[in-house]
Amino acid sequence: MWLNILQGTIEQGLIFGLLAMGVYLPFRILDFSDLTVEGSFPLGAAVSAVLIINGMNPFLATFIAMLTGVVAGMITGIINTKLKITGLLAGILTMTSLYSINLRIMGRSNIPLLRETTILTVIKGWGLPERYLALIVFTLIVLLIKLLLDYFLYTEIGMALRATGDSPVMIESLGGNTDHIKILGLGLANGLVALSGALACQYQGFADVGMGIGMIVIGLASVIIGEVVIRTSKICFATFGVIIGSIIYRLAIAIALQLGFAPTDLKIVTAILVILALGAPSLRNFMIQDEFAERLMERSASDAQTN
Amino acid sequence: MLKLTNLHKIFNYGKVNENYVLKDINLEVPTGDFITIIGSNGAGKSTLLNLVAGTFFPEAGTVEINGHDVTAWPVHKRAHLVGRVFQDPLQGTAAEMTIEENLSLAVKRGKGRGLRLGLNKNRRAEFKRLLALLELGLEDRLEYPVKLLSGGQRQALTLLMATMGQPQILLLDEYTAALDPKTAIQIVEITKRIVAQHKLTVLMVTHDLKQALAMGNRTVMMDRGKIILDLKGPERENITVRDLLAKFTARSGRELTDDRILLHG
Ligand SMILES: Nc1ncnc2c1ncn2[C@@H]1O[C@H](COP(=O)(O)OP(=O)(O)OP(=O)(O)O)[C@@H](O)[C@H]1O
Ligand SMILES: [Mg+2]
Repeated sequence: MWLNILQGTIEQGLIFGLLAMGVYLPFRILDFSDLTVEGSFPLGAAVSAVLIINGMNPFLATFIAMLTGVVAGMITGIINTKLKITGLLAGILTMTSLYSINLRIMGRSNIPLLRETTILTVIKGWGLPERYLALIVFTLIVLLIKLLLDYFLYTEIGMALRATGDSPVMIESLGGNTDHIKILGLGLANGLVALSGALACQYQGFADVGMGIGMIVIGLASVIIGEVVIRTSKICFATFGVIIGSIIYRLAIAIALQLGFAPTDLKIVTAILVILALGAPSLRNFMIQDEFAERLMERSASDAQTN
Repeated sequence: MLKLTNLHKIFNYGKVNENYVLKDINLEVPTGDFITIIGSNGAGKSTLLNLVAGTFFPEAGTVEINGHDVTAWPVHKRAHLVGRVFQDPLQGTAAEMTIEENLSLAVKRGKGRGLRLGLNKNRRAEFKRLLALLELGLEDRLEYPVKLLSGGQRQALTLLMATMGQPQILLLDEYTAALDPKTAIQIVEITKRIVAQHKLTVLMVTHDLKQALAMGNRTVMMDRGKIILDLKGPERENITVRDLLAKFTARSGRELTDDRILLHG
């Protein structure tokens, strides 16, 4: 029973590892706080679910779902770079539109996939042991995507993308079109997120229009946990860290559930975790300032005595 | 050849905080000219460089480089023609990326970037050779993240990157101001070498009047958005800092005021 829970948790961690990579790319590499994710995750689920129940090959359905995520991300990028609307708002606008679009695509708020042909049922037919099927498939997919992402970030375009987040003035002065690079980066990131959504719905057996809520924070939590576990500025280790972070996050959630936390409380637990992790440097500063202020007060008090 | 014709730059045009920063600038810079630009605070020197780089666009007038009218080209489109070193050493390099990765970005200046790996054996060997010419020992630290370098090392690296990929024009805006005097001299020496080697056309803003006369073959003096003096040829030979200050006062009707100016007694 414990082993089952552990295995299920790791499987989820792997699927959401793709989401976490899709959050890592804009937040950490492009320096762009992209909220499109909350819409592109259910978009991936919606598109793949609808295509699958209409009889399409699940691999093709998943691939198309990923492409729709790419388009969603690119739209956020275009709103931001061409219309000069801040990145945060651009993401919110796309995300909000996607809610309506996802409902249109699905036609209802929930699509069950229980007896449908999914990627997992197809691969089961190839003779993999059912017990480890999802674990093996997701491990392979996530590793493949990780390696592709690593490779991409070391290519000429990929390096220009990293430089865009690091020093936009510099890459422009070297001929990089930061607008196009941002659009590309956001497209890729949301493609990963939509892929994550497509796999998640096939794994859990349904697509739901509300399944994107809280995905940003979950992705961020995974990224941060990964950074704590694997401290490095090397891309290939960092992306590995993101996946590990996602798995650890799922384990922490599973443990919290076992400890009796209500599932509905988990989002605030996650949010507080992210606040503490991101706010740690400032919190430390406050404490140092307080300490300093106290010392000053003490000094003036003792000065007053001696005078 | 760089040619600025009737350039006007007005920030916040039509608003209460309107600021007329460049007024009818005309400047012809033949290929290979090395111009030092001096002038009081707020004279518009940095803005002039920004117009050449494409950071801002003029309200009127044209910028021509090698016969192309580049007035409406954004920075990235001009990059194959213009290299630039910024005053802030942090701006010219990507801090989280390694030295060799930064250089690999500069190699592709103004060219299409593809899905090939940015680094390979040949490129690394070439970077090692170029870095060795700086004589700062950076050639042994190709895989160091740039954030670990000192300001001077970063500025030297930026200078190298600004001149890679065959730009025609090099823009230097107080690029040694953030460095200690010894490092600044070192960077200036490296600059002279690289400029001579690539036969670059240079616009260099400086607050060091002695340096303004010692470097380059031409000195342009700016005041309140105008070029008030363009010194070159025999007129510029044997001129002293004192003469330069006198000329400024004569032309502008006031003393050269500048909080960072270096007069060298
Ligand atoms: N982006 C901008 N928006 C609005 N005003 C600007 C902008 N950049 C510069 N200015 C204004 O233009 C004027 C000229 O600035 P500029 O930086 O070109 O002067 P400078 O000659 O380089 O001076 P310094 O010697 O202080 O560097 C200043 O009044 C400045 O406030
Ligand atoms: Mg300036």
